[in-house]
Amino acid sequence: MGIVNRGFQGRQQQPGAGLIPPGQYLVDDFPVLTAGPTPSLDLDDWDFTVIDESGAQVARWTWPELRALPVEEITADIHCVTKWSKLGTRWTGVAVDTLLAEVETDAEYVVAFSEGDYTTNLPLSDVVDGQAWVAFGYDGADLDAEHGGPARLLVPHLYFWKSAKWVRGLRLADDDEPGFWESVGYHNYGDPWREQRYWGD
Amino acid sequence: MRWRVGTVAETVPETPVAVSLRLDVPDWPGHRAGQHVDVRLTAEDGYSAQRSYSVASRPGAERVELTVLRIDDGEVSPYLTTVVEAGDQLELRGPIGGYFVWEAADARPVLLVGGGSGVVPLMAMLRHHAALDHRASVRLIYSVRTRRDILYRDELAQLAGERRSVTIALTREAPDGWSGHVGRVDRDLLSNRGWPPQEKPRCYVCGPTPFVEAIADALVALGHEPADVKTERFGPTGGA
Repeated sequence: MGIVNRGFQGRQQQPGAGLIPPGQYLVDDFPVLTAGPTPSLDLDDWDFTVIDESGAQVARWTWPELRALPVEEITADIHCVTKWSKLGTRWTGVAVDTLLAEVETDAEYVVAFSEGDYTTNLPLSDVVDGQAWVAFGYDGADLDAEHGGPARLLVPHLYFWKSAKWVRGLRLADDDEPGFWESVGYHNYGDPWREQRYWGD
Repeated sequence: MRWRVGTVAETVPETPVAVSLRLDVPDWPGHRAGQHVDVRLTAEDGYSAQRSYSVASRPGAERVELTVLRIDDGEVSPYLTTVVEAGDQLELRGPIGGYFVWEAADARPVLLVGGGSGVVPLMAMLRHHAALDHRASVRLIYSVRTRRDILYRDELAQLAGERRSVTIALTREAPDGWSGHVGRVDRDLLSNRGWPPQEKPRCYVCGPTPFVEAIADALVALGHEPADVKTERFGPTGGA
């Protein structure tokens, strides 16, 4: 296939254009994409849990407990399936490696679950070894609620819907279980460099 | 998901800055009301750019209609709104998105709240509802800056009826002879022109991020279940 649109030139000289995956464009602001209302969360009732593949809760942190864990500074490029990319975003958070350090598991998959019914699925191997965090700081300040605060998952190497907002825990699973967007047409894995936006990509 | 080539059959100016493109898309698989497509433009040298646009036409319509609002510093919308003409070909793929959709099998009342070009996917729902003469009652609240920014103005007037109410709120002007609402969509308007929460309406909210945040928060404050409030955010970058 492949057609040429007469007279179309586009922004070929976009700075940083070589740094972003196919089909993406750069933004300076920080757009919001959410399927429903922004929840308001009470930090006194907040916790973060890890559930193993047998269904047992194997770890739990309250908000002060999570904040007492070792903090990492992360600088990453992020890519939204709606086609915006943002370079060099700065976050603070706790590595998923830290959260899973004491967890014994043979699971191959993980489901991140959030306030409400939002879930997203990932191979476990994509959230360990310094690839994923539970982030609560953005650009030197607390993470805004509309961007997922108090805490969201941050998995910058995959399309950004995998970085679940308002995350409350991780559930380990033997089998892959499509999450919220993955069940309604979006790609199960979501590698932006392979442009895995939708089913069948 | 594969790219298809559609041919522009007709361009319909909707406002001074918005155009509806009606496309013939061979072997279009059909869409659900509320879904979107990706459009890809390619330059002579192979450079290409993609953006998402909601489908405005109803499921089953003969042509796929996209309504595009020109964003002055945009990369794709100026081309689609000022250069494209009947006979041109466009690459698109879709339909995309299985969440922000209204299904005819759903008998519950429906509240549609659109801000600016956020009305486009809601228009597909309204057209679908009208074509089916559906029994559920639908109420549209549409926020737009000025009268000349109203998309589908004549058709909305025609669609309004017993089971489809249309309320248009102008946020930047109060013209003489205007019988609709003036001012932002707020809790009062959502109460008066929407549904009481006890009716358990499905709520669809689409528009720029600040609009969607404000409306979704107001609906939840009024007592609607967060799970019944589906949102889709629009704008130059998909956000504000």
